[in-house]
Amino acid sequence: MASKENFLVGIFEDEDVLLHAVENIRDKAVKIKEVYSPFPVHGLDEALGYRRTRLPIAAFIFGMTGTITALSTQIWMLGFDWPMIIGGKNFYSIPPFIPVTFEFTVLLSAFGMVGTFLVVSDMKPYKWPRMYDNRTTDDKHAMVIDLGANKMSKDELRRILTDNGASEVNEKSF
Amino acid sequence: MQASSVFRESLVTGGKTLADVSQDISCQVENKPSRLWWTAFGISLVLLIYGGYCCWMMLWNGIGMWGLNKTVGWAWDITNFVWWVGIGHAGTLISAILLLFRQRWRMSINRAAEAMTIFAVICALSFPAFHMGRLWLGFYWALPLPNAFGSLWVNFNSPLLWDVFAISTYFSVSLVFWYMGLIPDFAVIRDRAVRMGHMTRARIYNGLSFGWDGAAKTWMRYESVALILAGLSTPLVLSVHTIVSMDFATSVIPGWHTTIFPPYFVAGAIFSGFAMVLTLLLVTRKVFKLEDYITIYHVELMNIIIIVTGSIVGIAYITEFFIAWYGQVPAESYAFINRATGPYWWAYWSMMTCNVISPQLFWFKKLRTNLVATFIISIIVNIGMWFERFVIIVTSLHRDYIPSSWTMFHPTMYDIGQYIFTFGLFFTAFFLFAKFFPVINMAEVKSIIKATSEKKNTQAH
Repeated sequence: MASKENFLVGIFEDEDVLLHAVENIRDKAVKIKEVYSPFPVHGLDEALGYRRTRLPIAAFIFGMTGTITALSTQIWMLGFDWPMIIGGKNFYSIPPFIPVTFEFTVLLSAFGMVGTFLVVSDMKPYKWPRMYDNRTTDDKHAMVIDLGANKMSKDELRRILTDNGASEVNEKSF
Repeated sequence: MQASSVFRESLVTGGKTLADVSQDISCQVENKPSRLWWTAFGISLVLLIYGGYCCWMMLWNGIGMWGLNKTVGWAWDITNFVWWVGIGHAGTLISAILLLFRQRWRMSINRAAEAMTIFAVICALSFPAFHMGRLWLGFYWALPLPNAFGSLWVNFNSPLLWDVFAISTYFSVSLVFWYMGLIPDFAVIRDRAVRMGHMTRARIYNGLSFGWDGAAKTWMRYESVALILAGLSTPLVLSVHTIVSMDFATSVIPGWHTTIFPPYFVAGAIFSGFAMVLTLLLVTRKVFKLEDYITIYHVELMNIIIIVTGSIVGIAYITEFFIAWYGQVPAESYAFINRATGPYWWAYWSMMTCNVISPQLFWFKKLRTNLVATFIISIIVNIGMWFERFVIIVTSLHRDYIPSSWTMFHPTMYDIGQYIFTFGLFFTAFFLFAKFFPVINMAEVKSIIKATSEKKNTQAH
């Protein structure tokens, strides 16, 4: 049996207390594994030192793929593969192809970005997530500290969490 | 440390805590449905079954069952299509455009409004699909798929084909946007089910939530996705009704051939959509006791949007008339005079009364904060917007170029039956949504709870 991973879970009631706690605790060179919240807390990602997500780039690349695919498909189909005379107009011209090109760009961009989000966040219907405290989807914030990754003792970390406003500190092993 | 203006009213009343939000919204999913819900659901189901029978008869015998004739080749089918698509637009406006403008009042109404969008678009899609006669071939004909004729491709120059792409993209992107919002809320219900010991329910909602855990990193990515989806949906929703209006505007029929159609249709769509959101939410807040989340202030703001869009629509009607006179094209002038004074005058004046006069009543604060008045006017607006599409479509067609083909349109029970079918479908889907899915976005409402309660404290001082 693999050795168990041990965590300290600090519970916070208020998002502003939590934000200050994250900054102070990181200043003390304590490594925070992750923070779990019932709603997005603004500024928390910067306080935790996360790099900005690159999902917008993914959205852009998927969108451009859509633009190029839709435009070239339409030009090829009506301009070259089977040119049709419709009201004596050009076999192909760009303006009437813009609506479909735009819609396909949006479609690919949206689905591509959401798909990428699910993949990078490792989310899937049959996955049961590791919940450190299942009240975090209700009304509590939880700061998780990996005991194995920090040099400080468990009691010292527990004291730091309490000093920074944690209403309770629990131990959790997986 | 949320900034809140002293001029703004609270968005959540009753001094709710975070736990109250989870409790108030999730209990609708967890408890057995009320007798009121069963009654409403039953009525919708009856409408769906009757309408389904009419649709089946129509599919079996062909669309000759409709009241269309040689002159009026488009009538209730396309009227209902445009009407339902228009209704859908409010959901996207609330969730996407108001998100980009950082309007926090969207938060307690966006979930239900987006659900309305999705169901309305499904109803709308049913009309062109049935109008193709052979439903089972529709998808094959409408999409650029390789075929045995050459391949003979679809005509990308046609606004009808643009519609296929616009509506299907709009539907699927709205669905994804709505579902993204639901993911964290499904996790709330899952974790409550774990605490209550309902493991089957926990497993179902965990699957629906894609194993959501609420980590700060996931929230960061999630917010970025929501913002970009909003940015994509905003031009998308404007393009959809623009393209729908081009079905008419790119033709040469007097009364349709006008450049004002795209903005005028978009304003009309938002106008009717907000009316439908109000109709639905006033009922939902009563049945599910959500008065603290969907407040009078929310209703008032939506009524203000109804004044704005209703006035835009009114100006568009007048502009059309002015241009018909100013342009001095006899056919065009006749089409408009015939609308107002011809055999369909009653439809035209119903439209004018419902759409131009009734929303102006909301200039009175007493009326726009009165729930009964709002409910009645919201229904009047939807009737008016149905007449708008009917007037544009049928009055422009019924006086053909040769007077010998002049005629009237009379709906048969199958025209009416299919309209009833979409009502049944819409309300059955909405009641199922309201029972099994959280009707208010809990995560978003929780993020403004503190600002609201802080403000309450300062007011008490």
